[in-house]
Order: sequence, then C-alpha cells, then structure tokens
Amino acid sequence: MAGFLARRLLNYAVLIVVAASLAYLLAAIALDPRSNYADRTPKPPATVVDAQLTALNLNDKTPLLQRYATWAGGVLHGDFGKSVAGASVNEDLKRRMGVTFRLVMLGLICGSLLGVLLGAAAAVRQYGWFDRLTTGVSFVVLAVPVVVLANILILLASWANFRLFDRQVFLVSGEYSVGLEAGFWGHVVDRLQHLILPTVSLSVGLIAVFSRYQRNMMLDVIGADFVRTALAKGLSRRQALTRHALRTALIPVMTYFAFTFGALLTGATFTEKIFGWHGLGEQLINSIFTNDVNTVAAISFLAAVSVLCASLASDLLHAALDPRVRA
Amino acid sequence: MSPVLEVSDLTVSFGGVPAVRGVSYSVRPGEVLGIVGESGSGKSVASAAIMGLLPPGARVTGSVRLHGRELIGASQRQLAAFRGKSISMVFQDPLSALTPVYRVGDQIAEAVRAHQRVSKENAMVKAVELLDLVGIPRPSERALAFPHEFSGGMRQRVVIAMAIANDPDVIICDEPTTALDVTIQAQVLEVLKRAQAKTGAAIIMITHDLGVVAGFADRVLVMYAGRAVEVGAVDDIYYRMRMPYTAGLLGSIPRVDRGRQPLVPIEGHPPSPAALPPGCPFAPRCPMRVEACDDREPPLFEVGAGHGAACIRWEEVRPDGLARQAAAGDTSRLRVRGERTVLAVRGLVKDYPLLRGAVFKRRVGTVHAVAGVSFDIRQGETLGLVGESGSGKTTTLTQILELVPPQRGRVVVLGHDTARLSRGERTEIRRDMQVVFQDPLASLDPRMTVHDILAEPLRTHGRPAGRRIRELLALVGLESSHAARYPQDFSGGQRQRIGIARALALEPRLLVLDEPVSALDVSIQAGVINLLDSLKDRLGLSYLFVAHDLAVVRHIADRVAVMYLGRIAEIGQVEAVYDAPAHPYTQALLSAIPLPDPVRERSRERILLEGDLPSPANPPSGCRFRTRCPKFRAELTDEERSLCVTVEPEVRPLNGATDQGAACHYAEKRGVV
Repeated sequence: MAGFLARRLLNYAVLIVVAASLAYLLAAIALDPRSNYADRTPKPPATVVDAQLTALNLNDKTPLLQRYATWAGGVLHGDFGKSVAGASVNEDLKRRMGVTFRLVMLGLICGSLLGVLLGAAAAVRQYGWFDRLTTGVSFVVLAVPVVVLANILILLASWANFRLFDRQVFLVSGEYSVGLEAGFWGHVVDRLQHLILPTVSLSVGLIAVFSRYQRNMMLDVIGADFVRTALAKGLSRRQALTRHALRTALIPVMTYFAFTFGALLTGATFTEKIFGWHGLGEQLINSIFTNDVNTVAAISFLAAVSVLCASLASDLLHAALDPRVRA
Repeated sequence: MSPVLEVSDLTVSFGGVPAVRGVSYSVRPGEVLGIVGESGSGKSVASAAIMGLLPPGARVTGSVRLHGRELIGASQRQLAAFRGKSISMVFQDPLSALTPVYRVGDQIAEAVRAHQRVSKENAMVKAVELLDLVGIPRPSERALAFPHEFSGGMRQRVVIAMAIANDPDVIICDEPTTALDVTIQAQVLEVLKRAQAKTGAAIIMITHDLGVVAGFADRVLVMYAGRAVEVGAVDDIYYRMRMPYTAGLLGSIPRVDRGRQPLVPIEGHPPSPAALPPGCPFAPRCPMRVEACDDREPPLFEVGAGHGAACIRWEEVRPDGLARQAAAGDTSRLRVRGERTVLAVRGLVKDYPLLRGAVFKRRVGTVHAVAGVSFDIRQGETLGLVGESGSGKTTTLTQILELVPPQRGRVVVLGHDTARLSRGERTEIRRDMQVVFQDPLASLDPRMTVHDILAEPLRTHGRPAGRRIRELLALVGLESSHAARYPQDFSGGQRQRIGIARALALEPRLLVLDEPVSALDVSIQAGVINLLDSLKDRLGLSYLFVAHDLAVVRHIADRVAVMYLGRIAEIGQVEAVYDAPAHPYTQALLSAIPLPDPVRERSRERILLEGDLPSPANPPSGCRFRTRCPKFRAELTDEERSLCVTVEPEVRPLNGATDQGAACHYAEKRGVV
C-alpha cells in the first residue's frame, strides 16, 4: 500500500508540473497585459510601461522561456508572482480559496449525502410515487441552468423573508454583513445566513446528479444474490438494504464524489457571481479580462492540484470501501 | 413423525402469468426431498415463495405451514424471525451469494447474531466453528478473508455454514452444486450430508440433475410446467415411474456408466407459462398421448403407497427407456483409427502474463494456461477434450481456432502448419474448420434473421446462399419457414441447431464444439447430441468436442483426452478410459459423477479429491496432480513419491492397451463407475 501510494504521488507530481507549465505558457501567449496600458489617459510612455511589465514579469519583449523560468522559480519557492495591479497573487488567492472551499465543501457534502439518500430511497421502491417524483424533479433541475435556479431561489427567499418570517433570514449577497456589531455567535449566525442560499443552489444540481447515479447503482445490487442471502439469514429488509445493498452500491458513487469535488472548485463560478461571493471562479473570469497571466496560471495550478488530490482521495476511498481492490 | 414443513396448493404468478400452479408436498424431520425439473418448471420459484423471497410483483396463494404455523401472508417481521432460524437456504451461484465487502467470518457471525443474543466475539467463535465444520482449512485465519479470496467451492461451503448457523429445521438447497465442477460438487454434497447429520434438518434439494438426487434424496418430486407431475420414494421414481415425462427425462440423460447408445430425447420443448396447452401440459410432447389427454389437466393419481403420478394412462407407463437400454447392451466399437489426420497438436504451450498495477503495469507472474498438450484427430473421429474449469481446455481451443503460430509447439490443421500460413491459406482453413459455441443465444446476432445468419458465412466466402439455406435447415431438423424468424423466437435447443447449421454452411471437415450442449436442458440436450452424432456419420465430419460433462462425452466421442492444470492426464479410446481409467485424476473425476440410479449410487464408493485446483500461475513441481492425488497420499511409499515430486510425467501408452495413455508414473487401471 505504501509503495502504491508513493508511486501514485510521484506520478501526480509529474502531472501537476506538466499541467501548470502548460497553463502558464498558454496564458502567457494568449493574454496581452500590454494592452491594459493602451487605453489609459494620459498614455504612459513606452519605457515606463516596459519597466512596469518587466517588474511584474509580464513583458512580452522578454523571451517566453525566460519569463517561464522566472515564474517557475517563484512557484518553486511558493510565490505565484504579482497580479497586473501589482498586488501579491498569493495573498489574494489565499483569501479566495477559503471562500470557495467553504462553499464547495458544504455544497458537495449536502448534495452528495442527500443525493445518495434520495437515490437509494427511490430505488428501494422502484416506480413508486417517490421514485417518479425524484426522477421528475431531478430532470427538471438538470435541465434548468444554475443562473435561473439561483435567481428563483433568491426570489423565493425574499418572498419567505417578507411573508413568512417578517425579517431577513436568508441573506442574498456577500459572505458576511459588513460592519456588523454582534458578538462571536452573532457573526456565526450572520455567516450561516449568507451561506444557506448559495449552498442550496450548488447542492440542488448535485443532488439531482447523485440521486440518479445512486438510484441506478442501487437497482443493480438490490436484485443481487447477496442481498437475498442477507434476507435468507434472517435480517430485516431494512438491515439487508442498508448494510448489504447500500454499502456495496456506495463504492462506485464514492469515486464519482471525489471527482466532482475537483470539477466544482472552479466550476462554482456562477453561484459565486450571483451571490456576490469573491471566490476563485469569479477571479478566474476577472483575471482573463484583465490579462492577468500570473493569476490565471495560479488558479489553473490550484485546479490541477485539487483535481489530482480528488483523484487520489477517490482511489483511497475506493480501496477503503472495496476489499477487492486492496489486494 | 409429523411433517416439519407442509406445502399445500401453493400458487405463484407474476403479472397474471402462473409460474407455480398448485404444488403440495410435506417434509418430515431429517428427510431429504428432491425437487427435479427443467428450467422454467417453477421449482426455484416455489422454494423462494416458501422463504418469502420473491420479488414484489409476485402473487402467492395457498398455504405453507412450518411446524403448523402459516407462512403465506405473514408479516415481514414474522418471516425474518423464521428465515435463517427455522428455514435456511443455500443458493445456486456461490460467487455472488456473499456480500463482497464484508469478511466471511463477519457474514456468518451476522447470521448467528440475527437470531441469537450473543456478543460479537462469541458469534465470531461460533463462525469459526462452523467454518471448521464445513471443512475449510485453517478456519480462524480464513474467517478474516473476503469472499473474493475464496474459490467457488469454498464459497459454497461458507454459504452452507451460514445456513446451518442457527440449527435450522429445514434447509432449502436451490441447485447448490450446479455452478461447481464435479469433483467440487462431490465435496459439497459430502458437506451437506455432514451438515444434515449435525443439525438433523430436513433438506429440500432442488436440482435439474437426476444423478445428484438419486444418491441424496429419500423422496423425489418431479415438476413440469409449474405443477408436480410425479411424487414418490426415490426408488419408485427411478425404477417404477408412472408418468411419461419422468420416463422421458430418465431416458434422455447421457450416462457415464453406459456406452454409446442413441439417447431418447423428449420431442418439442417445455410450454411457455403464458400459453399452456389445454389439458395435460405434457401432452404435446408425450409419446403416449391420446385424445382424452387434452380434455383436462390430470390430477395427481394415487398409484402406490406414497407414490402419485399425474397421468391418465399411468397404468400403462413402463420404464421402457431403461429396459430398452439394458437390452441393447454395450456395443463396443473397437474400430481402427482413420488414416488421415485432420488436426494434430504437438507440445502446445500458452502462457499469459499476470499483470499488476493500473499506471505502471508490471509482470508479477505467469499463468501457465496450457503447458505442453499433444493430441491428434483423424478423419471421421470425435475427440472429447474434458476437464474442470481452469484445466486449460478453452485456451487449447482458442489457440487452435486462432490459426497463428503458437508460443511453443506445433498446431497442424488439415495438413497445414499454423506457423507457416499465408493469408489465403488461412481463409481456406477457416472454411474447413468451423466452430459451435456454448451459449446459443449470445452467439447469434439478435438483429439478423436466421436466413441472414446462415447466409453470412456463405457470402463471406463468395458462395450462393439461396438453396443451401433450405438444405441446412433441413439438415439440422428445422423447417424452411424458420428462415424468416429471429433467434429470440426459438427455444434453446433450436437456437443451438441454428448455430450448428451456420457452422455446417461451408461444408467444413473439422468442427470445433465448445460446450455445445451445456446450456441446454437434458430433454433438449439429448436431441442435439443425437443430431451431432448423425451429422458426423452423414457428412464425414471430425469433431473436437470440448466439454466438462464426462457423460456427454462418453456418448459422442470416440476418443477422450482428460486435462488437468494445462496438461493431458489421460488420453485414449472412450471405452478404455471410462471402463478402466488409469490416471488417479480420471478415476476421481469419473467416480465423482453421480449416476441417475439410486441403488448403484448409494452403494458406490467415491474417491474424494481434497482441496481446490492449484493456481495455474504456480503449479506444483513434478506431477501437477500430486497435491490432490489420493494415490500419492495413501498408496505410495516415500521413495516412490520422490519421483512424483521431481519428475513431470509424460503421457505414456499403457501396457496391453491398444489406445490408452496416462501421464502418471504409477498408472494402474481401475474400474470406478
């Protein structure tokens, strides 16, 4: 197992280097930071622009490989360089990573747990009313874009705030209320109030996907011989279904879970934008518009790392759940 | 003694289609009731209904009383209290009957804890005891293993251990040995007997194998089209049957103890439960049918003490199948072998690398699937290649069919060495050597009509189809109107006939048959065997017949080669090998096959092999069979054994035999059947 892990990690390190280098080179070729200075009034002199770009390691007059070497040297020391505005990319991304991570983790856990439960419950009574309902709703949710879904949620929430609670329970913008004067618990409650809607909008889609997937996996095992064996030895239907069927049907879903995490880290862009969260997805879009090569490269690097971490986690989870692959 | 389980008028239907139609029987404590029937006769459904394990769509009526308490209509909670405690079950497929993610010991302990208030530790202790009882070596260690680390036979032992965990009163065994090799089947039946002796439980043995029932059961119930058609003591059923179906079934079984006589198949095929014929459901296939048979379904007539048969002409039914066979006697065919060799295999070797790792593949070993196999087939001859799973017979077959140079050794097909074949020659040989596969449905394209299926090889080789297709259909006993239909419109036996017709389309000289009848019911199987036999004589074909069923091979083959772990253990003329096998493995294999003859079966002494087939990745040194060899274990001296350990025996002709050879240093002829 240790040998297996070591080989895996080495393998991943190589993949991360390749992915990050390609991302940097692509960004450095495609984006043009010099154009940022073109429409400034008054137009700065060419030498000043050059000096400034060189300081940021963004000057396209420096050979590409030399820029890459400088950047890679920095990355090896944990420094991702400076943004076009001259601020540290590290500082900015560290904050944003926390934001995105909080949102994605919570959304993913809620989404996968609920999705698995709903899918399993639907499979137990295949073609029952619950199965038909979840199937129908899942397809509707999958068909509606996140933008629409999130806005519907906002409308519903403000209606609920106004009609049901008569105060602001669901907060629709930002991560926390600026200038709030309330003790520690007050802040916690405030953050939670901000968290509910984005988490829900992120989870709903995941629930739909997971419940479909889990339902099919569960249907595969419900008719399996070993579930019949479990019943034949005197377990109740509930015990047989949870301990034997669900436990076995979880194996393929868990691998899927880990991969979704990698994809979501940068994929929560719309949710972040709509709810005014300043996360990685939002910054990726912004940095492309501002020709911010270093930020784009750094976010790509983070995405690569998280996808590979997720893939490693999925392998480990798979091995933990399934004795057949451990051998 | 009052019966422990009473089933009366049990009926099961799925969406209005009846699967079981009024079955009644009772079982006394310690009794073994065999329920036999072909696929679709409702035997498994009836037992699942007793356990309450049918899928939700099933409608069950009638009565099942366990110790006088009604089970039909009981709540799930009540049923769960019975299941595993008073009635337990052993299933057909041991490979999928255990949950793959839990340790074997835990799964048995779970069965214990489902009904007994014991601590986890005590349940585990009990689980280890049970594993020991069912004959698993090093039980405390093996209890911690996962199901995938067990072989099929070992898993079935685990399932039996689970079934007897709570000392049940009734054990239902649903085809418990069907998925296992014969030597393993003999072991598992032995374990079942031991389990019964330990618990004193009644056993309901559901099987299609009349041999298994003959030696094991006290009473037998024969099912056909969802009904019991004959019930009685085991000797009554086998020697004094009163139902034509039972007689037909017994007449159609190929037997390992009888020489080559034509089998008597039952005409037609079992009726579909959705469209049962009026009157007696067996009437359309019955040789004794009269008009009155179609009037109404006959009840179970009392034809003797505890013997019932559902036939209006029961008084006229005679076990004529048996009488005729006994009268025919053994027609031995000490023929001279043909001149021309159609297939010669010399020292064939095939290894497969054993790879590990997903990203960095590395070789961790070599599977020696075939390790030096030699045989030849002459014109007009049938060679039966038999062996248990893992013996390398399928690899040998694919090596021959591939027509590429073998890894080592030589394959000469119809005079052409496969190592020196040009493209054109290869195509030519493909025309002369055709193949029939095991699964008749999977080997026919469901989107092609029978006409297209038969025309395809003809078109490929640029021959006109047209009339040839009608000829082919007539040749295999199908009608020319069948050409427009699709494979799914046919029964299993008919599909296999289509497969045979396709193989014959190009008038081949050599036919390779890969388990051609093992997927068919016995009554159908007999017809296909007879067809193959008559085709060989009429068309002058040669067969390479690969099978695991030694009885079938005895009926069709002229010569037989027995394989063990990639090598040939014994080869020779069928009569010689079956009557006086010289290799200890052949002897064990033949003695493990149950005979459909209760008296002989009860008096037979079995040579039981110990353990499982060793891994072909790591075969034993010297003789490959020595680790399981009864002779090596019990009869040889230490000095004699050292030869077995160090030197791998080659096939040597036996003294005084015309055509029989065995790969054993101490080969000795012995009758075992």
